[in-house]
Amino acid sequence: MEAHGTAVLRVCRALVGVQDADDVWQETFLAALRAYPSTEPLNAEAWLVTIARNKAADHHRKAGRLPVPASRPGGTEAATLPGGTDAGGGDAVVHAVEAGEDAAAVWAAIGALPKRQREAVVYHHLAGLRHAEVAALLGNSEAAARRASADGMKALRARLAGPAGLSGTEGRGL
Amino acid sequence: MSMNHGLPVDLAAVAAGEAPAMARLRASLLAAASADGLIDVAYRVVESPVGPLLLAGTEAGLVRVAFAREGHDAVLAALASTVSPRILRAPARLDEAARELDEYFAGRRRRFELPLDFRLAGGFRREVLAHLPEIGYGHTASYAAVAALTSSPRAVRAVGTACARNPLPLVVPCHRVVRSDGSRGAYVGGTEAKALLLDLEAAPPR
Repeated sequence: MEAHGTAVLRVCRALVGVQDADDVWQETFLAALRAYPSTEPLNAEAWLVTIARNKAADHHRKAGRLPVPASRPGGTEAATLPGGTDAGGGDAVVHAVEAGEDAAAVWAAIGALPKRQREAVVYHHLAGLRHAEVAALLGNSEAAARRASADGMKALRARLAGPAGLSGTEGRGL
Repeated sequence: MSMNHGLPVDLAAVAAGEAPAMARLRASLLAAASADGLIDVAYRVVESPVGPLLLAGTEAGLVRVAFAREGHDAVLAALASTVSPRILRAPARLDEAARELDEYFAGRRRRFELPLDFRLAGGFRREVLAHLPEIGYGHTASYAAVAALTSSPRAVRAVGTACARNPLPLVVPCHRVVRSDGSRGAYVGGTEAKALLLDLEAAPPR
């Protein structure tokens, strides 16, 4: 199960935002551990993503708001690195902050996608599920899941290449 | 990192900081899952003069010590199917075992004082394992001599099997069982490891 930790973290970050993702991630794995002896999933990763999706929905219900993925720049890992930005500024710190800002820009772009496309992109491209597995989660056909994923990636590339996007990815993949 | 294989370049930035986040999450999951009694098997890998050793423990005690040549992934998979699939890497739970092994390899420990979980060895195999600590540090005994201690004194071959399949090598000293002709014989950790252990134990105390 641990092997899927990173994939599930990405799903959580995409569905509830970087700030709240840790809680949802932990709830997902605790639920999985509780269910495990009686549930023998054929595909552990798709199963974990399903749990994460349910936990994210619970989270939004509890929070009483619509699922708006956070794009708060302060919610990135870089912000939590020891040393901070004012600690004499080693290159590693600067790089970590820049990497964190790049990550925040990608999360913001993902958060701006329509829900279907966002989920399709995250489950397929970030978590590595096959289109058929994504379709099972979204309750649509494999072809529809594939299309949503492709449309989502196209929209993401356009957004990230734009003036508000990542300077480093300009022109790439277009 | 294999997880990033296939991550589109446009999205690769999301991987920034994932490693420290995962370390933090794993630690907090471990604490929460332990508190809820959800971890049945904890494991860690320690370095040693006989190569990396997988240590696995249950609530009852140390349940498995495995050499790299046994394939740590295969051993974990076997633990998942025979003990429980609720296995988590939890180094702190095996601190005591790691410390005693360190002391042993440093020549400062002659016997282990760890709670042991023998659930992976049943019947005659467990009986054999129960007698192995009677062979003192620095001594050896033949397979036939060990068989003589058991309820089946002629089961020499079965003693060999019990040693070869000892789930707790090093801690339960099957390396001290040698062939009647004086040669050292086979070992679950390999003949080189057996030689190293017997030489270690033959060295004067430090």
